[in-house]
Amino acid sequence: MADVTTAQDVVTYRDSVAEGIAREMRRDPSVVCLGEDIGAAGGVFKTTVGLFDEFGPDRVWDTPISEQAIVGAAMGAAMTGMRPVAEIMFSDFLACCWDYLANEIPKVRYMTGGQVTVPLVIRTANGGGLGFGAQHSQSVENWALTVPGLKIAAPSTPADVVGLMASAIRSDDPVVFFEHKGLFASKGAPAPDGHVVPFGQAAVLREGTDVTLVALASTVPLALTAADRLAAEGVEAEVVDLRCLIPLDVSAVLRSVERTSRLVVVEENPFQGGWGGTVVSVVADEGFELLDAPVKRVAGANVPLPFADALEDQVIPTVDKVVDAVRSLATY
Amino acid sequence: MTETTTATDLLALHETMAVIRRTEKAAHDLFLSGLVKGTTHLAAGHEAVAVGTRAALKDGDYAFATYRGHHHAIAWGATPEECLAELMQRSTGLNKAKGGSMHLTKAEAGMLGSYAIVGAHLPMAVGAAWSARLRKTDQVAVAFFGDGATNIGAFHEALNLASVWKLPVLFVCENNFYMEYTPIGSVTGVGNPAADRAPSYGIPAEVVDGNDVVAVRDAVARAAGRARAGDGPTVLEAQTYRHYGHSRTDPAKYRPDGELERWMERDPLTVSAGRLRESGTSDDDIKAAEDRAAAVVEQAVAAAKAAPQADLGEAFTDVWADGGAAWRT
Ligand SMILES: Cc1ncc(C[n+]2csc(CCOP(=O)(O)OP(=O)(O)O)c2C)c(N)n1
Repeated sequence: MADVTTAQDVVTYRDSVAEGIAREMRRDPSVVCLGEDIGAAGGVFKTTVGLFDEFGPDRVWDTPISEQAIVGAAMGAAMTGMRPVAEIMFSDFLACCWDYLANEIPKVRYMTGGQVTVPLVIRTANGGGLGFGAQHSQSVENWALTVPGLKIAAPSTPADVVGLMASAIRSDDPVVFFEHKGLFASKGAPAPDGHVVPFGQAAVLREGTDVTLVALASTVPLALTAADRLAAEGVEAEVVDLRCLIPLDVSAVLRSVERTSRLVVVEENPFQGGWGGTVVSVVADEGFELLDAPVKRVAGANVPLPFADALEDQVIPTVDKVVDAVRSLATY
Repeated sequence: MTETTTATDLLALHETMAVIRRTEKAAHDLFLSGLVKGTTHLAAGHEAVAVGTRAALKDGDYAFATYRGHHHAIAWGATPEECLAELMQRSTGLNKAKGGSMHLTKAEAGMLGSYAIVGAHLPMAVGAAWSARLRKTDQVAVAFFGDGATNIGAFHEALNLASVWKLPVLFVCENNFYMEYTPIGSVTGVGNPAADRAPSYGIPAEVVDGNDVVAVRDAVARAAGRARAGDGPTVLEAQTYRHYGHSRTDPAKYRPDGELERWMERDPLTVSAGRLRESGTSDDDIKAAEDRAAAVVEQAVAAAKAAPQADLGEAFTDVWADGGAAWRT
């Protein structure tokens, strides 16, 4: 994250999570939270600090270590008039309740012929970069992407955390909300009052004429840093932050490629089955004439995440890898 | 039998069970004649559990069922016509022909779905009970499940969570002694798969005669009373038997000789008819109720057969709350 250290008024991504939830809990009494250690302890990532004090144990529920029951109970509550926000501590643990994300929550509206609505949010700390090893570092947004019926948000800035959280909690559809571990300490401008970022609207964070960098969550600051470095070499990169994977703003990507004629997608999840595959396939299908070069994907490698920093750098996207990918296109 | 049970109440329960039994038979016949595709998990033999449970509850109480859920849907007010139309892939089906036998749902009546992943819906019932508590209603939520589901992790997570918060949820196990083709006793470390586990979660349990609609109703009434009083969940293990195999492809050859016959002597409709006679209802009145049930189902079969096939446009509706299925902008 590009730190806005000069501004007086900066907040962290971490604090914005609690701020975003609190704003919705104040607005709507049907919003309730549940998860492990989210109450008095404030969450293992300190992303729910203050909620328990303000809203009490009825609305901020400390659960046992029971991922299936957390998400299953959130589903039952959502079907019957509440708007639960369930926390799954590390996104890797979504595998423990994957049945609910893959089979129950996303299908019930469809298979009941529209009888049942599931307005819930599953929040989770996603991604690598902190040296937590293979079972606490995965970027798993591609898991969720494979399941029709889930909406997916993954903010990159503190203001977007608040704005997308508002949309997620107000959504009548189920949302998986990926907070990136590597961004928790990053800072940025606070969200204005009443800030809502609609789903399915990408943001152009930097304008450029030579190449489009499409990024999400942790790869947004990477792409911005790469763009700065490329600018020094005379290459102007446009950086598009998708913000959401479903709905996916491919229109914004196509509009950008129309200006730049080159595309690099930067995604942390593994290359195989990653969301970048969908983005580039749509561009290849609908924007083929816009392109002057092949499309590139800088993605995670298809290996479990290793522990050592140097090894982790080998397998997840880095600024160097993004710069190299762009250079390879510039000379095409 | 409780003092408040009248012969009229009993006859109504009997008639609903007869409607379910006839609907199951119709589903079976329609399958054999090629009009029902996929699979069905018939609940013939289990009627007393669904009907007895519903009879003890109030309008607005929630139910969550399994893929073997025809009886729960009908007990909660789905009509045989809606159900059979669903099985026959008609546009008039209960779930617009998008659910099928394993997913019958009557949400407006509180029957919030049938779930085909074993045990998955138990935490959902806990969540619905939590929601009732938060909204300060006196609703209870019931999860119906098979004996096989008691060895799934979600069962244990759900019981513990319900216990910790003393939630108004009833866990109603339909112990038919088989999980698919395997006797439950051969894969379970305790004799009563649901009731024996409940105490380890601090939850009271009862083993009930699941073929006696009045016994089920009375046990559920006790459990619901505790739940509404804030005393938390109950596990009820209703012992019963399925007359058909596990699903349409299962001839149930694994059942020991004589087992089915012994259970048929205590068929829920036989038990209920006996009780009716004892309480002074005439054979003619019993037969009239059964004839009414037969007529309803016969008419339902005809109407479902005459209904239009699934509406093709429905493939792309109901993914999202706005009615559509768009994944991109
Ligand atoms: C998680 C899961 N594992 C396996 C199956 C396949 N399966 C469907 S029904 C069934 C048996 C369930 O038995 P039980 O819970 O006793 O219910 P019953 O069929 O007797 O009503 C199995 C193994 C499944 N649907 N879900």
